[in-house]
Amino acid sequence: MRRAGAVLCAVLVVGCSGSGESLAGGSGSVVSGVGGSAVITSLPANAPDRFDFGAAASDARVAMWDISVKPDGEGLPTGRGSVAEGQGVYLTYCAACHGATGTEGPNDRLVGTDEWDEWPSGQAVGNYWPYATTLFDYIRRAMPQLTPGILTSDQTYAVIAYILNMNGLVPDDAVMDATTLPAVEMPARDRFVVDDRVGGAAIR
Amino acid sequence: MSSKDGSPISRRAWLGATSGVVAAGLLKTQADAFKLAAQEAPAVASDPTKVPGRVTSELGQRAPAEQPRRLTRAPALSSSSRTPLQDLYGIITPSDLHFERHHAGVPNIVAEEHELLVHGMVDRPMVFTMADLKRFPQVSRIHFIECSGNGGGAYNPNRMPTTASPQSLDGLLSTSEWTGVLLSTILREVGVSADASWILAEGSDAAMMSRSVPLEKALDDAMLAYGQNGEAIRPEQGYPLRLALPGWEGNANVKWLRRIEVTDRPTMTRDETSRYTDPLEGGTARQFSFVMDAKSIITFPSYPYVLPESGWWEIKGLAWSGRGKITRVEVSTDAGRSWSDAELQPPVLSKATVRFRHLWNWDGQESIILSRAIDETGYVQPTVQQLWEARGERTRYHQNNQRAWKISRDGSVTFGLGDLI
Repeated sequence: MRRAGAVLCAVLVVGCSGSGESLAGGSGSVVSGVGGSAVITSLPANAPDRFDFGAAASDARVAMWDISVKPDGEGLPTGRGSVAEGQGVYLTYCAACHGATGTEGPNDRLVGTDEWDEWPSGQAVGNYWPYATTLFDYIRRAMPQLTPGILTSDQTYAVIAYILNMNGLVPDDAVMDATTLPAVEMPARDRFVVDDRVGGAAIR
Repeated sequence: MSSKDGSPISRRAWLGATSGVVAAGLLKTQADAFKLAAQEAPAVASDPTKVPGRVTSELGQRAPAEQPRRLTRAPALSSSSRTPLQDLYGIITPSDLHFERHHAGVPNIVAEEHELLVHGMVDRPMVFTMADLKRFPQVSRIHFIECSGNGGGAYNPNRMPTTASPQSLDGLLSTSEWTGVLLSTILREVGVSADASWILAEGSDAAMMSRSVPLEKALDDAMLAYGQNGEAIRPEQGYPLRLALPGWEGNANVKWLRRIEVTDRPTMTRDETSRYTDPLEGGTARQFSFVMDAKSIITFPSYPYVLPESGWWEIKGLAWSGRGKITRVEVSTDAGRSWSDAELQPPVLSKATVRFRHLWNWDGQESIILSRAIDETGYVQPTVQQLWEARGERTRYHQNNQRAWKISRDGSVTFGLGDLI
C-alpha cells in the first residue's frame, strides 16, 4: 500500500476505535440502535427513538446539492476537456488572479514543480496538492472567485487539464474526464501524514 | 444644541428654559417629560446628577468613549478581522467583536428559506428547516473558536514588529456561548451506517467551504449552532447555522452550514489538502491537524499599553486548550527564569478561554513577562524553540508557543519574542 493510503487507514482506525471508546465510556449518554445503526448521543431520558422532524430528502434533492468529489473520482460528472481547450478557459477566467503561467498571482500560485524540500512558498498543484480530484471539487465550488459555478463540466475538466499540464503532470494531448482525472499521479500524494499531536508531555 | 434661529444655546440657558417649561406646567404628564428629555438632553452632562438621563431605547449602545474595534486587513473576499483581546474583560467576546475569517465573503441568507441536507451513508436522507432544527433538544455551551493560523507572527520574530498588540498577534480567537442542537442528535435522527467514519460539512457561502470531520467528533461534542451569546448567531459567524467543533481549528467549524454528507473516508477538499495542512521537516506535511493545543497570552500589560509608574500591577491574560480544561497558568516576570502560578478566574470550562491574573510589583526596571498554559492532559505550552525543533520553521498553523512582552523602563510595552531568541 502506498504511504498515503496507510495514512488514510490510520485515520479511519482512529475514528472507529474512538467511537468505540465513547460508546463504552460515555457516562449519562444514550446508545441508540436505529435501523441497525449505532449512534451515541446525549438526549433527555424520555427522548423518542425518532422525533420525525424534517422531511425526507428525495434522490433528486440530494443530486441537486451533492457536489463533492472523492479522491477515487466518485461524484465526478460526465464530460471531458483537453489541455488545448483548457488554455482558453484559463486565460478567460483564471489568469487575471493566478497569472498567465499560474505563478504570478496576485492570488494563489497554481504551478510549482520544485522539489518539496526546495519549495520556497505557496502550495502549488504540482508540488503540494495530493489529489487531482480536489481540483474539480474546488473549482466547481468556488471558482472563478467572482462568478463561482459559471464553468460547465467540460470547461472545468479542460481547465484542470491545462493546469495539470502547466505543472508537467499530464502531456499536451491529455484529456480529463471522470476516468482519467482520478488516475493522474500527483507528486505530493504520499507526503501527508497523520496528526500525531495527542496532548500530554510531548511537544509535536 | 441650538435655538430655533440656529444660534447655540448654552447649557445654563437650556436648563433654565427647561425649568421654565416645568414651572409653567407645560409638562402635563410624565410621558411629556420623557419626550422632552429624549429631545433635549445633552449628550454629555457636566454633572449627570443634575440632568435627567436618556430614556429607555430599543437597542443599547456602547458608551461613546468605549469603542473597541476589530482589526481588519485590506478589504478582500478571502480575509479576516481580529478581536481586540487587549480591550476586553472576562472570557466572552461581544458578538460584534468576534473575529472573522471568510473564504468568499459573508453571504446574505434568509433563515426562513435556509435548509440543511443530511445524506450519504444514512438510513433516511433528510432536509431540515431552521424551525425543524430549533425543535430538537437544545444545548448551550461556552467554547472558544480559534483560527489555526492565529499567532503565526509569533512563530518567526522577523515577521512580527515589536509594536504588535494581542489583537494583531492572536486576535483570531474569540469565545461565545453557542446554542444549538448536538450533531449527534441529528445523526441519530437520520440513522448513520455502521460503516461510516467521516462526515463532510459544507457551507452556503460562495466558496461552499467544505471540511471532512471524523464521525467520532461529530458524535462527541459537535453542535449545529444557531445561537451566539443569547441571540441569533451573527452573519459573520455563520447565520443562520454553523458547525461548532469545540476545541478544533476554526475553519472546520463550517459556517452557513447547508449540507452534511456521511461518508466512509475524507473527501480531501482543498481546505484539508492544499490549505490547513502543516509542512514538517523531512518532506512530509501533517494533515487533519484539528485540535488547537494549549495556549495563553498576556493581554495586560501588552502593546500598546504604557505603565505610567512602577509598583503594583495585575498581569492579566487568557488561556485555552482544545483538549479540555486549563489546569494551570504560570507567569514569569524575569524572561522565563522563574515561574509563578497565576490565579484562574472561574469558570474554568473545557475548550473555553479562562481568564488568569497575577499580581506583580514592578520595580521599574526593564522586564520581560510571559505566560505558559498547562491543560488537563499535562501539556505545557512550549517555547518557540521547542516548536521549531519539533516541526521545523515551515508550518503556518498551530503556532501556540509562549508569547512574551518587554516592559521598558519608561513603561512602554512591546512584543518581546525577539528578546528571548
